[in-house]
Amino acid sequence: MSYLEYNVKSVPTGLRKLLYLNWPLLVLTITVACVGFLMLYSVAGGSFTPWAKPQMERFALGLAVMLVVALVPIWFWRNIAALAYLLSLALLVSVEFFGTVGMGAQRWLDLGFVRLQPSELVKITMVMLLAAYYDWLPAKRTSRPFWVMLPLLFILLPTWLVLQQPDLGTSILFILGGGALMFLAGVHWAYFAVVIAAGIGLVTTVFQSRGTDWQLLKNYQFRRIDTFLDPSTDPLGAGYHITQSKIALGSGGWAGRGFMQGTQSRLNFLPEKHTDFIFTTLAEEFGFVGGLSLLALYTLILVFCISTALAARDRFSSLVSLGIAVTVFLFFGVNMSMVMGLAPVVGVPLPMISYGGSAMLVLMAALGLVQSAHIHRPRNRRR
Amino acid sequence: MKRNPKELEATHRTLSRRTLLLGGAQAAFVGVLVLRMRYLQMDQADQFRLLAEENRINVRLIPPKRGEIYDRFGQILAQNSPSYRIIIVPEDAGDVEEVIARISNLVPLDPKEIERAMAEIRRSPPFLPITLADQVTWEDISRVAVNAPALPGITPEVGSTRFYPRKADFAHVIGYVGPVSEYDLSRLTDPEPVLHIPRFQIGKVGVETKLEQVLRGKAGAKRIEVNSTGRVMRELNRRDGEPGADLQLTIDASLQGYVQARLGSESAAAVVIDCESGDLRAIVSSPSFDPNLFVRGISVANYRALTEDLYRPLANKTVQGLYPPGSTFKMMTAMAALEAGLIGPEETVWCPGHLTVSGRRFHCWRRGGHGHVNLQNSLKQSCDVYFYDLAIKVGIDKISAMAQRFGLGVYHDLPMSAVATGLAPDRAWKERVHGQKWQIGDTVNASIGQGYMLASPLQLAVMSARLATGRLVAPRLVRSINGVEQTGNPGEDMGLNENNLHHMRRAMFAVSNDRRGTAYGSRIIEEAYRMAGKTGTSQVRNITAAERAAGVIRNQDLPWERRDHALFVNYAPFDNPKYAVSVVVEHGGGGSSVAAPIARDITLQALYDGTPPLTAYPSKDRARIEAQQKRLHRERPDIKSDGRNRA
Repeated sequence: MSYLEYNVKSVPTGLRKLLYLNWPLLVLTITVACVGFLMLYSVAGGSFTPWAKPQMERFALGLAVMLVVALVPIWFWRNIAALAYLLSLALLVSVEFFGTVGMGAQRWLDLGFVRLQPSELVKITMVMLLAAYYDWLPAKRTSRPFWVMLPLLFILLPTWLVLQQPDLGTSILFILGGGALMFLAGVHWAYFAVVIAAGIGLVTTVFQSRGTDWQLLKNYQFRRIDTFLDPSTDPLGAGYHITQSKIALGSGGWAGRGFMQGTQSRLNFLPEKHTDFIFTTLAEEFGFVGGLSLLALYTLILVFCISTALAARDRFSSLVSLGIAVTVFLFFGVNMSMVMGLAPVVGVPLPMISYGGSAMLVLMAALGLVQSAHIHRPRNRRR
Repeated sequence: MKRNPKELEATHRTLSRRTLLLGGAQAAFVGVLVLRMRYLQMDQADQFRLLAEENRINVRLIPPKRGEIYDRFGQILAQNSPSYRIIIVPEDAGDVEEVIARISNLVPLDPKEIERAMAEIRRSPPFLPITLADQVTWEDISRVAVNAPALPGITPEVGSTRFYPRKADFAHVIGYVGPVSEYDLSRLTDPEPVLHIPRFQIGKVGVETKLEQVLRGKAGAKRIEVNSTGRVMRELNRRDGEPGADLQLTIDASLQGYVQARLGSESAAAVVIDCESGDLRAIVSSPSFDPNLFVRGISVANYRALTEDLYRPLANKTVQGLYPPGSTFKMMTAMAALEAGLIGPEETVWCPGHLTVSGRRFHCWRRGGHGHVNLQNSLKQSCDVYFYDLAIKVGIDKISAMAQRFGLGVYHDLPMSAVATGLAPDRAWKERVHGQKWQIGDTVNASIGQGYMLASPLQLAVMSARLATGRLVAPRLVRSINGVEQTGNPGEDMGLNENNLHHMRRAMFAVSNDRRGTAYGSRIIEEAYRMAGKTGTSQVRNITAAERAAGVIRNQDLPWERRDHALFVNYAPFDNPKYAVSVVVEHGGGGSSVAAPIARDITLQALYDGTPPLTAYPSKDRARIEAQQKRLHRERPDIKSDGRNRA
């Protein structure tokens, strides 16, 4: 079923669409963002500057973007998916030449009101492209090698570009997100089995090679892996961030040390406390209860995105909603694993909470897509 | 693209199935996150809480107040006085170099210190205070305070430093403190944390180091909250330490000052000991130095001047200096013979001016000899041959044992640096140390305190006090700690024959009161305060036969370092001993001409507790003494003047 077959009368029009928004999802979004403002206020030592206030302004902007995206029919987004992807890819290439390097390796374009990271944009346009691709692709071709190679190319191209920056976190998100979408689209599981098996094989081989004369990684690269596996071996060097982060989390205990009472964040022991490591501040100040609540909020966002996806009857809406759910999941999953010492520190922000303009705007736009899918879903099905 | 509804249904089913699969995987991962959070925040919470506290809490030590030192009458000898430092906080200063340039116009700053401070500033975080100048005078500090508005980031800071108001008088007794050095730390197996406080002062020499543990006290601590860069956020709590204990010495600062002045520029040592209690009333080594120089960090030039001085101002000659006791040792030889019952006091020995022992000729100081001499006359005139004869009869072992009973060649436990044991040699000693047999000539030399015999001025004073009392008087330097009286040792009876002691004392009385006594010129006229004493002149060179034939060179014609040491020991009043005194003047010449007058003046000053009246002196000396007293008062206005007869 494609959008042309929609019974147009069943779709609300004009501002009436606002009534058909996925309100629970909207409320959840705002709630999570508010948690973010609270934490940014706290890590600034009880001040709206320098983080909480700009973040709120961006959120307001993001909310507007989200509504605009939501009110535009979902099929419009389907039609421009390829164009959006190409445009964002072009931006990604352009930062290679005109971009500004700051704070590690992230590159952005300064648009005046916001510093745009094209890699953030690509996360969404890639999902849109893949969804549109599988919406267009006849189902029986889904698992044919050529038709598998094509989306693989769509994924690997931006991945390779961000690896040049180098931004390991984003490239992992691209691969995992894109792969999840292909899986959802129904690509034969054998492909995944092969890739996973090959991955496992590669990792084992690399580790087996250690200390032999055909060693595949440099010694310092192995040491980095060691540090990740056991941060205590290098508590003042590379392991410092993760050790301090775990101390902050752990010292929060059951109920936390109280709002603005987290010593680890207040005394600057935490690295990047307003961006990637903001979850540790939350967990330090609000404890296990606070951390669990945030996790529940995220899980609910996933649930509403997935339910929208399952309620939709066209593949683009379903796959876009699912892809965005996966993206959100990957964001907070990787971020939390990272700060809890389950994954290496790769630089993935906590969605809607970490301080950062483009991630927030892009995520709001993405949720706008889900809202659009929700508003424009078929209401009276043809029997 | 029209699609087959059936196909559509199929693809939607696949999608739903896979969504469920992926959703399940996501749910499982969220479960893992929850478990991890539970592990960190509940199972390990206590441990991480502890680590967080360790992160943020620093313990800073508060240096304890060092105990102060007083003399026996409560005069302060070592005190803690405020010391001023100039501190700069780079982040408050802004343009550090400009501020330093401005401040060096106000206060003389050492360019080397500035360089060190600049290096430190570059190394440390900008909020950390750096010392620009230490031990700044009050005037300089006031100038900085007045100009404070032009000097951002500069703060005058008050600390505490050791100050010795009596300067050189107590340099050898009390010593001095200084900042803990690497060397100090390396000597301790487990140095107290307080020693790591920058510029913390510990005792380096003398009482300051020997009683360091008593004086230091216990450090307090404050717990402060710091951030990740070490900036202090706030003080959480503090525990005050214990100040060090105050000490009271047995020394009379006024007498000590007098003795220092009386010894003047001689290279000399003098000890005044209380016969009754063993309290050291004065213990002076001359020349001395200002210990405050060392507290501040002595300059190379000053230090070199002190170390290269021929008179060794840094050495504490009273306990560290060892001298052949010379004739002052004769009482030991005589006591050994008397106690052994080998001679009677009236038995005489013929002194022809020399004695030949196993083919070697030993001379008496008087070439013509003394004729027939008994105990009293031999001591009075310091006849050597008499004591050669006694020593050969008694043997070295008994003499050595007697000397040790009187405190010679024995370690006296005093809290001063480098207290020397000296030497009262016997056969076993020579066998052990030199691997040679004891010769009869050694005995002869030892009998008049020459040869191997070595004693410190302190030991000679102790010997004199024991002769005066017949008790084992032990020297004592610390009277009380924190107001708690230290048990003095009144001294047990030595178990000597009272008769023999009586003869010795009468002989010593004759030395300084009999017209023919060697110290008659330094007698005391005042009836109640008359003294008993013994002169000593100890050789530091051998007089060769050729020299003797050519006529012995007069002492004054020799270079200083080859002249004889002048010694005198005494106690007074002779019939009711109060103080025993020993004086050694290095290379001073004769004991009777150089040491005895000094000892008499010191004795009188101690007995009168102030400047003695001229009536205490023989009439022909009075003019000279008066001039000397006036000169000393001019030099040292702090010396007690109004001496009174307390007898």
